[in-house]
Amino acid sequence: MENRKEYEEVSMPRSLRHKDVICFAILAVVITLIPVFVESKYHLIVLNIIGLNTIVVVGLNLLIGFAGQISLGHAAFYGLGSYFSGILTVNYGFPHWPAMVVAMVTTGGIAYLIGYPALKLRGHYLVMATLGFGIIINILMGELEQFTGGHDGLIGIPPLSIGSLTFDNDLKSFYLIWTFVFFCMLAARNLLRSRVGRALRAIHGSEVAANSLGVNTASYKVKVFVLSAMFASVSGSLYAHYITFISPSTYDFYYSIQVVTMVIVGGMGSLWGSLFGAAVLSLISEALHVAKQYHVIAYGVFLSLMLIFLPEGVLVSIHHFYQNRKLKKLLAAEKGGLTG
Amino acid sequence: MSNSNPILKLVNISINFGGLRAINRLSFQVENGQIFSLIGPNGAGKTTAINIITGIYHPADGEIYFEGQALSRKRPHQVARMGIARTFQNIQMFQNMTVRENVMVGLHTRTRSEFVRCLLHTPMVRKEERAVRRRCDEVLEFLNLTPRADLLAAGLPYGDQKRVEIARTLATAPALLLLDEPVAGLNMQETHEMSDTILKIRERGITVVLVAHDMNMVMGISDTITVLNYGEKIAEGGPQEIQNDPGVIEAYLGREL
Repeated sequence: MENRKEYEEVSMPRSLRHKDVICFAILAVVITLIPVFVESKYHLIVLNIIGLNTIVVVGLNLLIGFAGQISLGHAAFYGLGSYFSGILTVNYGFPHWPAMVVAMVTTGGIAYLIGYPALKLRGHYLVMATLGFGIIINILMGELEQFTGGHDGLIGIPPLSIGSLTFDNDLKSFYLIWTFVFFCMLAARNLLRSRVGRALRAIHGSEVAANSLGVNTASYKVKVFVLSAMFASVSGSLYAHYITFISPSTYDFYYSIQVVTMVIVGGMGSLWGSLFGAAVLSLISEALHVAKQYHVIAYGVFLSLMLIFLPEGVLVSIHHFYQNRKLKKLLAAEKGGLTG
Repeated sequence: MSNSNPILKLVNISINFGGLRAINRLSFQVENGQIFSLIGPNGAGKTTAINIITGIYHPADGEIYFEGQALSRKRPHQVARMGIARTFQNIQMFQNMTVRENVMVGLHTRTRSEFVRCLLHTPMVRKEERAVRRRCDEVLEFLNLTPRADLLAAGLPYGDQKRVEIARTLATAPALLLLDEPVAGLNMQETHEMSDTILKIRERGITVVLVAHDMNMVMGISDTITVLNYGEKIAEGGPQEIQNDPGVIEAYLGREL
């Protein structure tokens, strides 16, 4: 009888769902209230950059943390979003929202063309393919001058607007970007708590077992790769319309490393960890702004330390600590029940 | 045997790994509702046979029929969809997931929401999710895993993980269940419980193919036993026949000098 009580305390699927709802409610409130406390334009810019990075990192985490595949080319997908949006609106006079959708779909299609062959092979071919792809795209941004403006960049990208509301300052952009963050996270959370999300996590756990339970692992890996590229593309489009100026240096290999680091710091496979990782590393990045040449070193050291001491990431490690305690408590309770 | 309606039938299956013929012209058939055991010394080809049936390997020669349909070119997830489930000799846990989530993956073939629907969390997804939870709770209860449901699978004791693996396969509602060494590494009591579980699974109308080394268990619960040695069938029959078969005794213990 004593045992039964323990069990009830330990198993609480319902409250888990409530926890999610509470977290999203808090996120919504925080987003709404932040501008009340943050007045400096600089701080708003930093927050907006955090938001944009979060969208990329949430998408990338679906790939790395849930499906167990690594991409070192997400700067390219982020960049494709920016450049498609920029080129379509500036050079061809496209309306901006449709341009964003075109960018997202095209980027997804390109991701499919890379992911399909790379993921057919067993092993980490996706890393190689995306690494090469990222570098090629970055070079093309500089070389295809007549479309991209070359190394000088593309200027005069119009800000986004809805009706008469134009998102033309940092505060308005803050609300726009973080609304996107909110819904991207919500969509990711929906996915994770669903059939598809479980299948993806199962692939990470044991591909052969997932396969034997009827998951078409090859197809799922390609699809989640495409999805994560689309997240990056949307973020890239938002960036282009927010900053109104884009140039190739934003989308270099270093950015790909940065977002992978954010995933690892926050915790592979942790949705809220993505937000955490993006925030912490964007802030570190800003703090080191004065000494740009130390950026890479700082990131390298940080990444190494994480992988040595907290390979699961900050938030996931905390979660596992509590899980283990739960398990110990349960086993101890059972033992007590048997002897007493 | 001749006028029966087998659920699974292997006809002259052969497979080579490099120059080694791991299975040579193997034929057997499993009757509906049986507990059918595959036994034999290490390296006899038991696990290879299971891997061929489930589409992990494709045979060099021969054909497999499941409920009358040919299987040999199917991929693992397609085989699963047809109603064949399996466990693994070395546990293949989804370590990063809870026990309940592990079992929920087993319902993948029984549900159909895809990416877009799941991202949007449509009413259909919600409806499916409720059905999945209900079915999952049943399976957890059946294997006495309810108290473990919300724990991460990674930290569970070995015996519990074995049961989670079986729970996962039962969630797929298979017609045929292949158990690869379900009692390896379990203590006597756990082995006993596992035998009971396998019998209970059979009572649910699921045909079981069992690979095991524990002779007490195999002899105790099997309807038919097929003995493999060096990739070939050397004997087949009920427990009594097998125990007295000189060829089997020789394969296991060696010849008397």
